Amino acid sequence: MSAVLDDHAHHDEHAHHPSGIMRWIRTTNHKDIGTLYLWFSGTMFLIGGLLAMGIRAELFKPGLQVWNPEFFNQLTTMHGLIMVFGAIMPAFVGFANWQVPMMIGAPDMAFGRLNNWSFWLLPFAAMLLVISFFVPGGATGAGWTLYAPLTVQMGPGMDLAIFALHIMGASSIMGSINIITTILNMRAPGMTLMRMPMFPWTWLITAYLLIAVMPVLAGAVTMTLTDRHFGTSFFNAAGGGDPVMYQHIFWFFGHPEVYIMILPGFGIISQIIPAFARKPLFGYSSMVYATASIAILSFIVWAHHMFTVGMPVAGLLFFMYATVLIAVPTGVKVFNWLATMWRGSLTFETPMLWACGFIFVFTMGGFTGLILAIVPVDIQLQDTYYVVAHFHYVLVAGSLFAIFGGIYFWLPKWTGRMYDEKLGKWHFWLSMIFFNVTFFPMHFLGLAGMPRRVPDYALQFADYNMVASIGAFGFGLSQLLFFYIVLKATVFAQGEKAPANPWEGAETLEWTHLPSPPPYHSFETPPQVR
Amino acid sequence: MRLKSKLVAAGGIAAAMCCELATAQHNLQPPVTPIARDIYELHLLMLGICAVIFVGVFTVMFYSIYAHRKSVGHKAVPFHENTTVEVVWTIVPFIILIGMAWPATKVVLSLKDTANPDLTIKATGYQWKWGYDYLKGEGEGLSFVATLATPLDQIYGREPKAEHYLLETDQHLVVPVGKKVRMLLTAGDVIHSWWVPAFGVKQDAIPGFVRDAWFKAEKEGVYRGQCAELCGKDHGFMPIVVDVLSAEQYTAWVSEQKKKLSAAAGDSNKTWALAELMESGQKAFQANCAVCHQPTGAGIPNAFPSLIGSKVVLGPKADQISLVLHGRKGVFTPNSQMPPQAALSDTDIAAAITYTRNTWGNKAQDNVVQPADVKAARK
Repeated sequence: MSAVLDDHAHHDEHAHHPSGIMRWIRTTNHKDIGTLYLWFSGTMFLIGGLLAMGIRAELFKPGLQVWNPEFFNQLTTMHGLIMVFGAIMPAFVGFANWQVPMMIGAPDMAFGRLNNWSFWLLPFAAMLLVISFFVPGGATGAGWTLYAPLTVQMGPGMDLAIFALHIMGASSIMGSINIITTILNMRAPGMTLMRMPMFPWTWLITAYLLIAVMPVLAGAVTMTLTDRHFGTSFFNAAGGGDPVMYQHIFWFFGHPEVYIMILPGFGIISQIIPAFARKPLFGYSSMVYATASIAILSFIVWAHHMFTVGMPVAGLLFFMYATVLIAVPTGVKVFNWLATMWRGSLTFETPMLWACGFIFVFTMGGFTGLILAIVPVDIQLQDTYYVVAHFHYVLVAGSLFAIFGGIYFWLPKWTGRMYDEKLGKWHFWLSMIFFNVTFFPMHFLGLAGMPRRVPDYALQFADYNMVASIGAFGFGLSQLLFFYIVLKATVFAQGEKAPANPWEGAETLEWTHLPSPPPYHSFETPPQVR
Repeated sequence: MRLKSKLVAAGGIAAAMCCELATAQHNLQPPVTPIARDIYELHLLMLGICAVIFVGVFTVMFYSIYAHRKSVGHKAVPFHENTTVEVVWTIVPFIILIGMAWPATKVVLSLKDTANPDLTIKATGYQWKWGYDYLKGEGEGLSFVATLATPLDQIYGREPKAEHYLLETDQHLVVPVGKKVRMLLTAGDVIHSWWVPAFGVKQDAIPGFVRDAWFKAEKEGVYRGQCAELCGKDHGFMPIVVDVLSAEQYTAWVSEQKKKLSAAAGDSNKTWALAELMESGQKAFQANCAVCHQPTGAGIPNAFPSLIGSKVVLGPKADQISLVLHGRKGVFTPNSQMPPQAALSDTDIAAAITYTRNTWGNKAQDNVVQPADVKAARK
């Protein structure tokens, strides 16, 4: 391979397709970078999952048996930070990288080197988070929400987490700029925005949310940093500041953040359901408008996370009304998916199982969110296990199930091999059952009065905690099956070869115009979209 | 795995859960205040509406999954887009939401109305206990700290757990039945939250700010709650216990407490014998200090300093008194701290310090600390 003979006008993929580790370090190829994001996310999912096993081991029975209370707080905090920033968000970016260019008929993302840099920041940030467990004082134990002024009391692990959050935020912002530019500028001729598939649409909207709110998080954690070390009093009343201001700033980021974590999932479901119903999505433009409405509304509801801080009546009422409104576009989406299934010709391969499972369990999470939106009820349920149940229903049964669905759906395209269908179904059913065994009882625990972020509890909460812990161990083990399935189709290269389109009803460009696996550089000539 | 076996397995799990859980609680705690009752009913209404929608939506979905399968020969009917339907299923949910928000609005207005209370009590959240000050109304002037009373031996499994494990304190907040009590909430260090489920009250306790909430308990009894905002390592170990007494019992309690207060004030001035200090010192140490420094005084390496042979404990008593009153930062890591214990009484502090100076082989020169020494150090 000679730099002198490089001819950038003709990308012959075998001439200068680097190999070995340097390929992965220097790649600007959206498929490689998508793969890197997905493997990274999988690794972080295992680490975050291990922390969850630690949490549920302590909560298996009342009393302190396994960890001391400070370490328990570190477990809950880092489980949250790692799952949100290390597992869920990078997984969706991995999907964006693999799928957006192919689905819009573009040869790659707009900015290849920016794309590479966006990815490689993440393992560095992840290492900071993991190392924080081993510095004096351990990882931060202030909860993933990092409320002030508790954060001022934390050791250097808190500073490592702040640094990691800055880096991950920068990665997200750069990635979002890339996605927006790609979608707005590089669609194939004939693909107007209103003919673009739902998955790129959801990512276009998500990318704007990310650019809007990641800087706000950066602000909040920087003020925390200066309060900790440089004598400022942003969140310290004695110096003229206000701890509640931290909460406003954090949740102004935090609420759009949870929509950032679900909208791409909605996009994946919107691709899977029509494919397995063999019918077009029922209301394409409604789905686009509903997604945009959810995104816009997400900016005006943040204080529903703060209903017990002592807000005046006007504030409580405004945020209650705005929050319940989000149920409208979300309901529109669910109804549209059902109308897509209705009178279709349905088959239930693994991706469709995940999509149907998603609709069922995510909707339950939506209902508990609606209940939490009602201020007086929230007074009882805020900071209890009811909230823990709610967000795991929408994040695990929502985001994670959508991610699983997407991986089973697109793995044949990415690797050229079918995954093991029988094992895939086992993974789905085991996850579905154990997920519900783990998290459904938590609704009752919250209603009965169990607070969250506690390593021990009163005796009336013992039964359901034991059930939840058993479910959690089962759910955790079931995910090992998933990794085996992925390794089988990728690294071990076992399984039948996948055709260009194994899914009878799938109609987007990657299925209709590209082989499985697609060439390293696809759509170098854009397709004509009619 | 065939569908039938899957159903049997799921049914088995469900049955097992039902048996286990016949005794577990599934709903909010029985309400004893008008607000708690409103909340209980509002929740039931919300749950009912959601359940109806759930059944409606998933009946449709499961029917479709059953009837529209390719495997039974169903062919796809490729209809799509229908503006009327989209409008209907936007407007109807919107109307349902108004139906939910309307009753909720009334309860919000009610729960924020803290005017004209019969009794005003300030609760201060500390790491990790609650301080109560009766500010106005019958009992005015009373002041005490309530700490978790569950012994560490129960927490660590060395003793069987008592009925109110983790929900008992050494002092209870006491209020009269049928009177409107306004709670003022604040904190001494980080954000805590005062929550009693049976009252339907939860209000964050924010350092440097005062917020309020109110309740009117309609039934005598003992009601238990917990701190509801992560506040550090013992967030799960700072419960709230409220005794609701009849008017006469409350009056009796108030006068008994006032007598104790003046006795304790006298106690602050009296000179105690070493043996008395050691006896109440051991209790004060176990209740307030052992949670970090351990009952053995040995602390935990790299987390909580050992008091055995400690320079502070063996040195001049003024230094130890000052440290206990004001706390100390950065022993092991720059931002770790021993929280200030100024909320405890002079007597408790003096006794606990005396205890540390004469136990585990410690034999300090200044081995007796009187409550008066602590009182003087507060100035």
